[in-house]
Amino acid sequence: MQVDTGTDWMAPSVRLWRMRRAQIIAVGLVAALAAGVGAGVAGGAGLGVVSGVAVLVIAAVSGVFLHRKFRSWAYREREEDLLVSRGVLIRRVSVVPYGRMQFVEVTAGPMERWFKLATVQLHTAAAASNARIPGLERGEAARLRDRLAMLGEAKAAGL
Amino acid sequence: MTEPPGNPVTVPPGPNEQWHRLHPLSPLIQAGRLLAGLLSVLIITLAQNLHRGYQARIPDLILVVVLVIAAIVRWLVTRWRLDGSTLRIETGLLRRDSKQLPVTRIQAVDVVRPLLARVLGLAELRIRLAGSSDRADGRLAYLTEQQAASVRAMLLAAHYGLDPATPEPAEQAVSQLPAGRLVAASLLWGGLTFVALALVVAVVAALAPWHVFVGLLGSLLVYALGLATATWRRISSSFGFTVALSPDGIRIRRGLLGTVAETVPVRRIQAVSMVQPLLWRPFGWCSLRVDVAGHAGHDEGSRNLKKDLLPVGSTAEARYLAQLALGHEAPAPSKPPRSARVKAPLSYHFLAAGHDAEMAVAVTGRLTRTTVWMRLEKVQSVRYVQGPVQRRLGLASVYADAAGRRVHAVFRDRTAQEAEDLLRDLAALSRTARRGETHEAEVRRFPVEPGGGE
Repeated sequence: MQVDTGTDWMAPSVRLWRMRRAQIIAVGLVAALAAGVGAGVAGGAGLGVVSGVAVLVIAAVSGVFLHRKFRSWAYREREEDLLVSRGVLIRRVSVVPYGRMQFVEVTAGPMERWFKLATVQLHTAAAASNARIPGLERGEAARLRDRLAMLGEAKAAGL
Repeated sequence: MTEPPGNPVTVPPGPNEQWHRLHPLSPLIQAGRLLAGLLSVLIITLAQNLHRGYQARIPDLILVVVLVIAAIVRWLVTRWRLDGSTLRIETGLLRRDSKQLPVTRIQAVDVVRPLLARVLGLAELRIRLAGSSDRADGRLAYLTEQQAASVRAMLLAAHYGLDPATPEPAEQAVSQLPAGRLVAASLLWGGLTFVALALVVAVVAALAPWHVFVGLLGSLLVYALGLATATWRRISSSFGFTVALSPDGIRIRRGLLGTVAETVPVRRIQAVSMVQPLLWRPFGWCSLRVDVAGHAGHDEGSRNLKKDLLPVGSTAEARYLAQLALGHEAPAPSKPPRSARVKAPLSYHFLAAGHDAEMAVAVTGRLTRTTVWMRLEKVQSVRYVQGPVQRRLGLASVYADAAGRRVHAVFRDRTAQEAEDLLRDLAALSRTARRGETHEAEVRRFPVEPGGGE
């Protein structure tokens, strides 16, 4: 859903998808191997191959789902507020005014660091606001953090 | 008084400039309150050791003596002073704790009187500061009731820059809760649950063997005891519930044995909700509560307080109080489209929502009908959410969040087009509301001006 007909919607880096793909391939291969060997020892080679392939198919399906989920992420900086749009099954769009921001958090887990990515999260006084943008390239994350912090200070409002 | 009210003056040096002690009976009350908690334990040990003579009671006696001495020492080392613009409270024997409470930052002054203090004619004063944690609150426990009233008046006068001798303006009483209604409403739920359970037990008694019935009777008794305590607590804490307008906000007085006079700072109210439980609706009753923002701070921002403005009352009363707390007339809500009945069959009969330029209103609930009013300037973020079923039906929900956990007004199951418009409009309206309100709100929403009660 597009809230405005604005053109400056931005998406997370394509490296986020590469990271997710690497994760699903790694997990899928290990799980398929384990399932295949386990079932093979217990019920013969045929069963082993079937269960290994089944796990791989599940991994592939969730890969497709993860790709759609990755593509659903979008954010847009407007003059007064930040829009974050996400979700495939449940579509969500959050509007967070800069003046309501209490602080901006930039985090990068081990996997994200490996792929040179970071997650930017906005915190307001409302627990539900929770505007999170994952998979930003480091430069973009730093730019967004600085811009949000600056705008938050300029437009700050009390409770 | 010599100075006309409204004319800021410096505090003349006088009795206020000296250090004061708390009331000499304070240690008695403090020790007494601690002992009350220990009393049940003491009684049990006493009963067990009765046959062993007085030697066995020595540990208990030592405990009592230590508590009393600690309370006396605490009283001896505590002193307070009000010098013009700051209230200073010093306490602590080994670790000296000195508090400075600038009167300009005072948010509210509460008067708390536990039963024991009330018997002795004493009261505790709690001074809450704007934008700081609970630990920064000033507590003067205990003062005489007159002293508490005069210190409160002095603090409020100093807060508004008036002559400290200005008497506190009279409060405007707004509503009072009749005792009969409170008792009836409190008993209704507990009583009906109990009757239902008793019926089950009776049926079992008629059908099941004897030992099953005895077991059930035991657990029924335990449950009844729990219900009775909960009902009693509810009645005693909300007894004589009075709402009034005072210079520091909406003032609530309540309590049967111990009494509390607390203040809800109007500016920090995030949302007002009216709750109508199923059993109360035949009588036209509801309760009204407000969400007050916790203290501004990085990790404490989401800590919120819920306070009753009306434990049980008519909807007309609740609407009047809500309007008072919000300072704005509520907009009329409208129903969601018919297709929402498929998605929310159990709550469709209540669902409604609406907004105008200043306020949002949302009604939700299945058995209990909940109405939430929220001023748009308090909106922290606006969210659009569309689940798979909603997408199929062309519906979507919009949440307006205020500070705290689960403080929101939900426009549930509107048409997708309306929801998109709402997302845009609410964000824009809350922005303009925020700009206009920050400076005016304080002045506009206080009908009582300090100094007006002379």
